[in-house]
Amino acid sequence: MSKPLIEVKNLTIETAEDSRTLVNNISFEVFPGEAVGVVGESGSGKTLTALSILGLLPRGVVARSGEINYSDSNLLTASEEYRRSIRGNQISMIYQDPMTALNPVMKLGKQLFEVLEAHDLLDSEAPQRVFNAFKEVGIPEPDRALVSYPHEFSGGMRQRVMIAMAMILSPKLLIADEPTTALDVTIQQQILALVSEQRRKTGMSMLWITHDLGVVANLVDRVIVMYAGRIVEVGTVKEIFTNPQHPYTHGLLASLPKSNVKSRERLMAIPGVPPKPWLVENSCAFSPRCTRATTECFNETPSLKPNAFTKAACFHEIGTSQ
Amino acid sequence: MTTKKQEKTWVHYYFKSTSGVVGAVLVLLMMIISICAAFGWTTHDPLAQNPMDALQGPSSTYWFGTDQFGRDVFSRAMDGMRRSMTVSIVAVGIAGFIGVSLGVLGGFLGKWLDGFVVRLSDVIFAFPAILLALAIVNSLGNSWIDTSLAIAIVYTPIFIRVARGPVLTIKELDYVKSVRVLGFSSPRILMSHVLPNVLAPILVQIALSMSWAILTESGLSFLGLGTQPPDASLGLMVSEAQPMAAFAWWTLVAPSAFITLVVVGLNLVGDGLRDSLDPARRQS
Amino acid sequence: MRLAKTSGIAARLLSVLITLFGISVFIFIVLRVIPGDTITGSLGIETGVLTPEQIDDLKRYYGIDKPLLLQYFSWITSFLSGDLGFAYSTGVSVLTLTASSLPVTIELALFGTISGVIMGIAIGMFSAKKPGSARDFFGQLFGLLALAIPGFVLSTAIVTIMANKFGYFPNGYEYMTPWEDLWMNLQQMLFPSIVLGIAVAAPVMRTTRSALLETVDKDFIRTAFGKGLKSRTVQFRHVLRNSLIPIVTMTGIQFGYLLGGAVIVEKIFALPGMGRQILDAINKREYATVQSSVMIFAILFVTINLVTDIIYRRIDPRIK
Repeated sequence: MSKPLIEVKNLTIETAEDSRTLVNNISFEVFPGEAVGVVGESGSGKTLTALSILGLLPRGVVARSGEINYSDSNLLTASEEYRRSIRGNQISMIYQDPMTALNPVMKLGKQLFEVLEAHDLLDSEAPQRVFNAFKEVGIPEPDRALVSYPHEFSGGMRQRVMIAMAMILSPKLLIADEPTTALDVTIQQQILALVSEQRRKTGMSMLWITHDLGVVANLVDRVIVMYAGRIVEVGTVKEIFTNPQHPYTHGLLASLPKSNVKSRERLMAIPGVPPKPWLVENSCAFSPRCTRATTECFNETPSLKPNAFTKAACFHEIGTSQ
Repeated sequence: MTTKKQEKTWVHYYFKSTSGVVGAVLVLLMMIISICAAFGWTTHDPLAQNPMDALQGPSSTYWFGTDQFGRDVFSRAMDGMRRSMTVSIVAVGIAGFIGVSLGVLGGFLGKWLDGFVVRLSDVIFAFPAILLALAIVNSLGNSWIDTSLAIAIVYTPIFIRVARGPVLTIKELDYVKSVRVLGFSSPRILMSHVLPNVLAPILVQIALSMSWAILTESGLSFLGLGTQPPDASLGLMVSEAQPMAAFAWWTLVAPSAFITLVVVGLNLVGDGLRDSLDPARRQS
Repeated sequence: MRLAKTSGIAARLLSVLITLFGISVFIFIVLRVIPGDTITGSLGIETGVLTPEQIDDLKRYYGIDKPLLLQYFSWITSFLSGDLGFAYSTGVSVLTLTASSLPVTIELALFGTISGVIMGIAIGMFSAKKPGSARDFFGQLFGLLALAIPGFVLSTAIVTIMANKFGYFPNGYEYMTPWEDLWMNLQQMLFPSIVLGIAVAAPVMRTTRSALLETVDKDFIRTAFGKGLKSRTVQFRHVLRNSLIPIVTMTGIQFGYLLGGAVIVEKIFALPGMGRQILDAINKREYATVQSSVMIFAILFVTINLVTDIIYRRIDPRIK
């Protein structure tokens, strides 16, 4: 069993002022070369988890406890200088809205040069590197792109620029926070293909955050399902899609237009809305919406335990659906 | 009657901010002082000279000491505050009334009226307040009415701008457009839809403009273009204090403190109003 | 593209010209409501001694016998051809007066604006670093006091402390232009520039602080950190640079206002600038001087606004 590239252990994220729990004691690993999808609705804590890896949590939110182990260091306690040296270099991130994520008054070429500059790699080769980076991601006329501004490009192109920016130093891990949500469906496919291609070429690991379970099917190796700040299920793509054990995962699959769930199940969205994580710390967060819930579910928090197919946090796994 | 409910809430928010409360207290204090002065309830007669007590420091008799003629500095400052406050209220009242009317009418009715209104405010905006007030006061005279009028003219454009903005936005809202098509009379639309939304920024602007008005008024009287000696006005007191300030600091500090406190107060009130009236800025 | 841009500039220029026309009419109207006129102003009590015929002669001489409309047009036409009028009390043309007073005001406005902007940006950055903290409180307190303490109070305080207590008051001596005596000139500009600088720093600080706070929450700042950039680089190259636009606009407005708004400071510190020129002319009832001087000032202000507008359009590549 190889050593994980990055190991998140008992990570808890809270609001700084009033200590409201946003992410509750989660643990997971990403191995070298593997792609992991993190699926969840908004409010599930998936984005905050991703941001905490690079120490990019917004003002008013802190990682209160736990470890994020990378390369023999705990990123949560490491020096800011160390974390800085990793950003954009060994671990990179791409974001949801490419228009707001790029500096509107800085030329695109310069924004890529900055990555090199941040890691003391600004030398005579730099212009060529940036040029190549643009070409790699399929930007036509890279030399024009070098001196253009973000608003002169379309959403899909801007996302390509972001990918180029994230990949230029060949990071070991790419964290992607819903990069295709703001894009057209056709463009989405292009970006997904581009990222898969890059992964294939470089062998880098990937953490792909999304709310759409359908997106991860052909993209990742393993899936982590989050709900109300907790991990509720973990498994390989095959396991999750063929034998989801947690009722929430099962419901997510059922609501997909095309799913591997038995054709007898009707397409439906799960009625209700996810609760705020800090309000459900002593019960199964999904219980109010769960058809299989019992008194136990409302009074105790199930922990993540392995079952015949996946690892799930549930008192009443679904069992086989074949 | 949703307006009443809303008003209750914004007042509640307003009193949550310390600076807003401090500002309100300061302004209230200065208003009380002004009213007292208006009724003649000052510690001494502002005009009474007691040459034997000239240039004494602050004491229990003369709270802020005396000036070179033995006049009580505190009473004179009170009287000066009264004058400044009066001018400020009258000037902003006129500017507000005319400015808001022009702004709302121009914004709502559009076309040439709006063009004219905007052009007019651009013209007046091209002058710094003190310069324009100077020129107008020079033409009109030194009385407090003249000063008020001059300051009113100078500060009308900002009310035009503040009132016109929301009107333009509201005019384009779908529900207003449909109501107009349905044949609702314009005045009715104005009263029930437009004015409530314009009210908030106007209130804020009133507080801010009052603070500028006091600064301009005292600037004018400093230059000798306002209240004439031996009457007391804050600006005049400052200019009269200059030769003596080195050894009679209270003659300078008293009027300066009064001006500063009331301007600070009005600004804090303006900020407090702005924060509490705009739903987006409220902190829960 | 080119065509649209040129007509945009042309449209703005036309608008500016119309505003200037409006300004000239406004000035003329304001100053013609004068109860006293040039004759009474220059002769004072002696006016009463003159016969009606003499008064008519004088009126014709000063050009104030014609109907108002005609007076306006003759003023405007002479103004546009460079004849700004004649300052009867001093015996020189307004043009000559302005040629020596305008540079003083411009120098003062420049020093005041530059010092104010530097102070304002510095304190704004200082405050914005930790919003809601003690340093933010003091930063904002400074902004409030800088606004609330009138310029003439600050000036009087400086005069009192410096001149009366320490005996150092360069403004007590005859004014020196930079060419005559640079060192003296700079000393004479020192105090008034500080006073004006403080007045400018207040709005600049406010603008800087709110622009910075707004920018700091933006997504691209997170991206900048995510790239591994140092905090200092992000602050200056990303946060500040993106906050510049409102700061530049505010700077332009402040500079424009300082040109005419420094009247009181010019008087207190005995600087022979345009403000003082207008003040003296007003006291002497020389409305010809006042008219033309104020007109010049308005032209400058409008021009500065236009230039600021052009500059900020160039800084922001998003605007076409």
